[in-house]
Amino acid sequence: MTLEKEQKKNNLQKVYEVIKTMASKPSGLIGLSILLFHVILAITSPLYVPYDYKAIDPSLMLQAPSSEYWFGTDSLGRDVFTRTILGGRTALTVTFFGSLIALLWGGALGIFCGLVGGKIDDVVMRIIDAFLSIPWILAMLLIVSLLGTTTLVLIPALGFFYGKGIVRVARAATHDVIAKDFIVSARARGHSNLSIIWNEILPNVRDAIMVEGAMRWSWMLLGFSSLSFLGFGVSPPTPDWGLMISNARGLMSFAYWAVLAPIFGLSSLIIGINLTADAFAKALGIDRSTKAPV
Amino acid sequence: MLLLVLKRILLGFITLFIVSLITFSGVEVLPGDACTTYLEREAYGAALEACYERLGLNTPAHERYISWAAGVLQGDFGYSLSGEMRINDVLGPRVKNSMVLASASILIGIPIALLLGIITALWRDKLPDIIISTITIFSMTIPEFISATLLILIVAIWLEWLPGIVIVPTGASISELLPNIILPVIAISMIMTAHMARMVRSSVIQVMASDYVQMAILKGVPYWKMVFKHVLPNALLPAINVVALTIAWLLGGVVVTEVVFNYPGLGRLVIESISNRDLPVVQALAIILASIYVSINLIADLMTLMLNPRLKSLQIKK
Repeated sequence: MTLEKEQKKNNLQKVYEVIKTMASKPSGLIGLSILLFHVILAITSPLYVPYDYKAIDPSLMLQAPSSEYWFGTDSLGRDVFTRTILGGRTALTVTFFGSLIALLWGGALGIFCGLVGGKIDDVVMRIIDAFLSIPWILAMLLIVSLLGTTTLVLIPALGFFYGKGIVRVARAATHDVIAKDFIVSARARGHSNLSIIWNEILPNVRDAIMVEGAMRWSWMLLGFSSLSFLGFGVSPPTPDWGLMISNARGLMSFAYWAVLAPIFGLSSLIIGINLTADAFAKALGIDRSTKAPV
Repeated sequence: MLLLVLKRILLGFITLFIVSLITFSGVEVLPGDACTTYLEREAYGAALEACYERLGLNTPAHERYISWAAGVLQGDFGYSLSGEMRINDVLGPRVKNSMVLASASILIGIPIALLLGIITALWRDKLPDIIISTITIFSMTIPEFISATLLILIVAIWLEWLPGIVIVPTGASISELLPNIILPVIAISMIMTAHMARMVRSSVIQVMASDYVQMAILKGVPYWKMVFKHVLPNALLPAINVVALTIAWLLGGVVVTEVVFNYPGLGRLVIESISNRDLPVVQALAIILASIYVSINLIADLMTLMLNPRLKSLQIKK
């Protein structure tokens, strides 16, 4: 009982220390603050938006930014400020849960392949390689156009497609620890495979998999907003940055504000997640800079 | 050596075979087929039967796969659904246009990436590195459609230097295309250059910290001679593979960029065929894009093998 409590305390302390290391560098601090800002904004923004995000008013079309409409209005007379601060909610939710799914199935399959090796490993890795060589955008578009663009389709689809790279990382990390003495001695002690995975392998590969998952979060956000931009993501009138940019793009020679506001929102969130993931990797001592973004 | 090369090529073909199986069965498993989308609401009874008959969809799946795969191996992708045109005729000019765009981006991107990567590594943590690294981080994280939209807004609309969208027909010649592709090429090479520059930087930094470079410094080898003779050859070799993977990964970004600039390439065809649910074209595109990916990887592997004598003997021993 006390041992368990101590373990928990140790874990909390480790999390605290990792965050402290991340925040000790300016880039990590900036990334964490941007991410925190966006998360708080996404949770609380419905409480204080000034206007209705879907209220269409032709008399207010394409108004320039003013004290009344801070970021102006779009081609349907909707307030751009309202839509911009609401625009990250779907993106953040979908990509967060998508990354979690990617992390879970990618990590589990990777550890499994690393552990069993042999024929099964070969076959699975061949299939993963084949999946990797289909461009993500083609696969995503196909799934989304045939199954629909609800979040219930998008989350597992994104989770599946961004998890295949994690399989490789988890497999390589498992390969690194599998031959170590403590695994051999655990086997000799008669531990079951499940117990070895949970108690010996997982603590040693967890960091690598989590860093990979954090990285994938920013790529998934990029993929998700590209889908929305192409018209295959969130359906209107839901406020979403990718969709807003694509709608306002045609009229940007008259109304640049309707494009710049969502661009600022999306870019700052992606940069925030990216800086955070980088700082996270550095805090855990994992160097990803020489790897290709696959 | 020859055996190794053959093995790599064989592995590439196996990958492509699995890709063809995945796309074929994916299209089979997902709800809706060519006929139900083509006929829409009239998809029942005799009309549906006739359509199945005409497109040959009433034969079992494995037979269709074999006849389709046999066609692909002979370079024939069959007929598209919407226009009822031969897919080869649809694809031909698109492939050419996309190749022009991609090769221009790569030709401009790689030298700049090398230069920036080497500069940032040699002046590590000094002012040039800080400035260039910050810019590269920005340009590699921001999605292509944002940088492309910003480029159009600033260069085409505000400064009025270049045309914002491409308005050439699909079958335009290269000389007609060239003035139009400046902005798309900048948009694509920006993100590619940033990724590659970062990898070159860390690769050069790793080699600079190695024993033999330290030894060369201690021996008093002139700085630039050391950089060009000892550091760069060793640092750039491992980068080839990573650069290839990056280029392949960026294929997805090319699709988006082509849509933003209205460029008549493969990327726009992807969007068009998926909007029309033209599944035969989608399958053909999947195979083509996957073979580009596989061949880029293969070329990179072979180049690393040929340029690195150490790796050669290592592999043979294995």
